[in-house]
Amino acid sequence: MRSALVAIGWCILVGAAAAQTLHTAASVSAADTPEDAGGSIDVAWEASPDEAGEVFEVLGYEVWRATSATGEYRKVADVEPGKKSYQITDATAETGVDYYYKVKVLGEAFGEKMDADTAPRGPVSASPQWFRAGRLNMLIASIILATFILLYISKARAGQKLFIRRIAGLEAVQEAVGRATEMGKPVLFVPGIADIDDIQTIASVTILGRVATMIAEYDAELLVPCARSLVMATAQEVVKEAYLEAGRPDAYHRENIRYLTDDQFGYVAGVDGIMLREKPAANFYLGTFYAESLILAETGHSIGAIQIAGTAMPSQLPFFIAACDYTLIGEELFAASAYLSREPRLLGSLLGQDWGKVLILAFIILGAVTAFVAQFGVEIGGYSINLAQLFEVK
Amino acid sequence: MDGLTLLGTWIAAILTLCILSFLYKDNPFYKFAEYLFVGISAGFWVAYQYHNLLVPNLIEPLFGSAQGKGALPLLLTEGQFDLRLLTIIAGLLGLTMLFRFIPKLAWVSRYGIAFSVGLGAGLFFVVFLQANCLAQIKGTIIPPVVITDGGVDVGSSLANSLLIIGVVSALIYFYFSKEHTGVLGGAAKLGIWFLMVSFGAAFGYTVMARISLLIGRMSFLIDDWIKGTLIALGLI
Repeated sequence: MRSALVAIGWCILVGAAAAQTLHTAASVSAADTPEDAGGSIDVAWEASPDEAGEVFEVLGYEVWRATSATGEYRKVADVEPGKKSYQITDATAETGVDYYYKVKVLGEAFGEKMDADTAPRGPVSASPQWFRAGRLNMLIASIILATFILLYISKARAGQKLFIRRIAGLEAVQEAVGRATEMGKPVLFVPGIADIDDIQTIASVTILGRVATMIAEYDAELLVPCARSLVMATAQEVVKEAYLEAGRPDAYHRENIRYLTDDQFGYVAGVDGIMLREKPAANFYLGTFYAESLILAETGHSIGAIQIAGTAMPSQLPFFIAACDYTLIGEELFAASAYLSREPRLLGSLLGQDWGKVLILAFIILGAVTAFVAQFGVEIGGYSINLAQLFEVK
Repeated sequence: MDGLTLLGTWIAAILTLCILSFLYKDNPFYKFAEYLFVGISAGFWVAYQYHNLLVPNLIEPLFGSAQGKGALPLLLTEGQFDLRLLTIIAGLLGLTMLFRFIPKLAWVSRYGIAFSVGLGAGLFFVVFLQANCLAQIKGTIIPPVVITDGGVDVGSSLANSLLIIGVVSALIYFYFSKEHTGVLGGAAKLGIWFLMVSFGAAFGYTVMARISLLIGRMSFLIDDWIKGTLIALGLI
């Protein structure tokens, strides 16, 4: 009797559930992802009312896609329930192809699984945009920096005398080359292990030009082992130019600027071998370095060479500082070419960047004040006064 | 351990010892390992660059692969212009590098070099501005005094203030337009102190990582080579 009553109760409940249908997701929309390079579509919807109901348990959502409203749909995403609204980005869309999307709600009531589809939304296609508004701050920063740089370059070209403070590591370049000349030993220049598209390698090769001019004038020998063939080709051009500038084209030896290997530790083994056999009197390590920095600097130290290093790799600077006589820290590497050449274009660029730094300092100090005040809920026109948001790049 | 693996382990172990002999002084064993390492790795990188750079970025887009037709067959057989044809420009720029083998035409290679240098500088300008400038500014715009419901959070306030002072003073150190004297000199000196403390921490951290590499190599010599050989010979 009791089990019959339970069965009847179940039948009533299941019947009640069947009488109600699972609600579909509300306000489904599909649109091209804004400010991107194409290839993606955003699909958004609001939670099914059944998420808050008592009859159905919503198990999740599925997003389906087809190239025509009545075509064959393919699942592109599974979404867990538990939110008021949802958004997914379909990054598998092809640019320029029309798509239709459906959102399927998966539910369960009294052990019965069911689902409910929305009507197809579309057509919608992915397209690329030219401008990314979330990076407007980058554009403004670039324009400000470029303005400072161009302004100072024009000042330098107009003959205005521009001042650069003394950089100890660069004062020592002449001393190092002079020492090598006196001892009749070569100068070793290591341009790092990155390729020529790396900004530190570009800075290194620019410095190599200045150092090579000095070496040509002093009539010392220059050795440049390279880890990248393009760096070798660039270094050969730069050094050849430097020797011509110094009026010593005959002293230029192309074979002294040689390629060893792209392999990091193969390169280190090769450079260490050169150091031990050629015994250079001065070693320059300028550019991008990784784990090889200490091995090179320690070997150079063991042969008693005067060593000048420079890199913008924070993790390698400690090793150079420990094992070299002089180290150019971070931006000093980029300032070096201007410092050594005193060429108006490079000097103007360096001093223009200094004004960029002044602006950054002002923003940091002002920003710290606004961040402090923002803690008290101070707003202007409904917006927080915290300046940090201005520097967020999306 | 089969015979071939054992042979490979022995070769690797002997070459490891040859390289480690550098710790004593330059010697014929080190020279042998060095030349072998440089030569083999140079050859390996040629093959690697061909298969991972030239094939997927130039040869397959132009001539096709198992996945589909290339841009050139599409143009020649169906008259269809495919954007992948633009890779020809990159290919031609790469070819200019080969002119270095002809001394009289070596100047042609400058176009490829100039393109690489210009492209690198341009791309890195944006990357550096975002990662090293704007993100750093945003990370430093923090309240020097942190207010919580219970009053001032002393620990967070101290950490934030140190961070702000450290960034400002280190930035002053990298200011080149004025001699570092007076107040500016003091701030720059504080900046270099902050830099040195951070370098010290990085030094310790990296040395620790290097020691783990050494342990890995020693473990190879002891476990894989010595123990492996003894096991293979049935001695243990």
